[in-house]
Amino acid sequence: MTGLLPLISLRSVCRTYRADGIAVTAVRNVSFDIDPGEILAVMGPSGSGKSTLMNMIGLLDLPSEGAIYLEGANVAELSEDRRSSLRARSIGFVFQSYNLLARHNAIENVALPLVYCGVGRKERLTRAEQSLEAVGMLHRASHFPRQLSGGEQQRVAIARALIASPLIVLADEPTGALDSRTGAEILALLAALNRSGQTIVMITHDPGIATQCRRTIRLHDGELVSDETPALVPAKRSVAP
Amino acid sequence: MTMLQGFQIALHALRLNPLRSFLTMLGIVIGVASIVTVFAIGAGAQLRLQEQIRSIGANVLMITPGAVYQGGVRLKEGSKLTMTESDVQAILEQIPEIQAAAGSIAGTAQVIHESKNWNTTINGTTTGHFMVRDWQLASGRYFSATEEAGAGKVVVLGSTVARELFAPGADPIGAQVRIMKVPLEVVGVLDRKGPAQDDVAFVPLTTAKLRFLGSASNINRDSVAYIIAKVTADSQMAGARSEIENLLRQRHRILAGQEDDFKVQDPAAAMEAQQGAIRTVALLLVAIASVSLLVGGISIMNVMIVSVTERTREIGIRRALGGRMRDIRLQFLCEALVLCLLGGIIGVAGGVTLSMTVARMAGWITSIDGEAIGLALVFSIATGLTFGFYPAHKASKLSPIEALKTE
Repeated sequence: MTGLLPLISLRSVCRTYRADGIAVTAVRNVSFDIDPGEILAVMGPSGSGKSTLMNMIGLLDLPSEGAIYLEGANVAELSEDRRSSLRARSIGFVFQSYNLLARHNAIENVALPLVYCGVGRKERLTRAEQSLEAVGMLHRASHFPRQLSGGEQQRVAIARALIASPLIVLADEPTGALDSRTGAEILALLAALNRSGQTIVMITHDPGIATQCRRTIRLHDGELVSDETPALVPAKRSVAP
Repeated sequence: MTMLQGFQIALHALRLNPLRSFLTMLGIVIGVASIVTVFAIGAGAQLRLQEQIRSIGANVLMITPGAVYQGGVRLKEGSKLTMTESDVQAILEQIPEIQAAAGSIAGTAQVIHESKNWNTTINGTTTGHFMVRDWQLASGRYFSATEEAGAGKVVVLGSTVARELFAPGADPIGAQVRIMKVPLEVVGVLDRKGPAQDDVAFVPLTTAKLRFLGSASNINRDSVAYIIAKVTADSQMAGARSEIENLLRQRHRILAGQEDDFKVQDPAAAMEAQQGAIRTVALLLVAIASVSLLVGGISIMNVMIVSVTERTREIGIRRALGGRMRDIRLQFLCEALVLCLLGGIIGVAGGVTLSMTVARMAGWITSIDGEAIGLALVFSIATGLTFGFYPAHKASKLSPIEALKTE
């Protein structure tokens, strides 16, 4: 441990769904910490519980057992409204399918989280411009998603994820729908953001992408099978019991 | 998210689908337009009646001829003039509750002044007529006693007749007009009392009998077509009425058990009853119009439910980006409200136009008051809230994870 308070701590997290009366465990007894400034890949085959884990870290879902702490606070003890507010302020989502609102142009899409932070229109647009500039998309501000290429849409989505200066960016297969060249550009963008201090958690099933992250967590059938930090950083991270 | 932002998002969403938005609000438009129109026509009818009640004057009884037997044949009411000037005198002198009374005869004729002429009601009466009806002069005077006794060639004009015969600004007092070739001097012009009442010219009763109407009808020298009488107080109306009936039965030598040859009526009371009937009909029509508002509300609910389903993914995205459940609810509620409110505003405009058109085409009086418009708008907002709540609630309850998975 670094002495800094971990940004997010998972402690013995389980998530069980009940489908047609049968209990399905998607995540089983997973514990790890995410420190500020990290870039972390969560890997595993489909059905291994990656997305469920992501939803819980993103405060869209709660663990059935165990606890998740965001900056020391147990998120299960927060109200639904408070978790929504935290999503607006502290978490930036990047989705595989971009998930931009088709009927709003790029700058409006980027500004959207600020609507839920109670920021006025003028400031929203100013900050959205800055955010678009940071991902090199300011020249496309008034374009609608259908007028943008996949890579451009993903850049706009990243700008949206960054606009509220979140504690953590959660990227779910951010390159999954892109060709390899564009995918590499998006990864380079995320890596650059991480170098400037942004904590990023990336879900992927692509080992090539995982190798670009300093730390990789592997899931299999909902269980954490490995938590590795390759040679670059010598100290092996402890896995909490 | 604030209410204002909710409305901005709603307007944005509705602008993207203008035809659908318009069709959705059409039910509200029609409902509100019909409510406003029915209100306007109903209120107009009430106004017209109130004006008529006012124009009759307060506490007025009207005595008209009744059915009469002539050699065993029962004649139509009013076919024989059964009242006389001496009946008027007797009513005035013998019934203390009667403040003023006047007998009248009436017909229509052309009134001519220089190059202009106008067809109007010629009413032969006495100055008492104006007292009974509380009818003030705009200028000039009523008839003098000499004129009343000696069939003076004078006329008091209703304001409509004065307007039609004289140029604006010209003083009719002292001018000569002709009725049936008889030159008459205008001695007075009456105040306005209402469009239906002002189209009249009054001459002394004697003048009417001797110079115009006497030869043309079955009027004997003493008879009058109807009598109007003013009772001193509202509380004495019933008493005065039965006293008049008794007096006239006595004077007309009507035996017990025989039918009266006259009728005493309280026109204001009759009109008030009519007013009540109009109010009932208007309420019924408003109720029917409200049904279309209900149908409009259901159509809004239907479209909103479809819209929520269509936009499930948008809801998921908004939730993931920090939208609280209440923000989602507010967003969709605002859409329903904007639809209803816009529909309401268009409906009010349509209703006002429609009732003005009705007023012009059918010649009805319509009256649009702020109250009816306010009520219609409140109704449409209530419709929006009622029928928008369920879809909005449904939208807010969607699980963001499931919503994000939908295509």
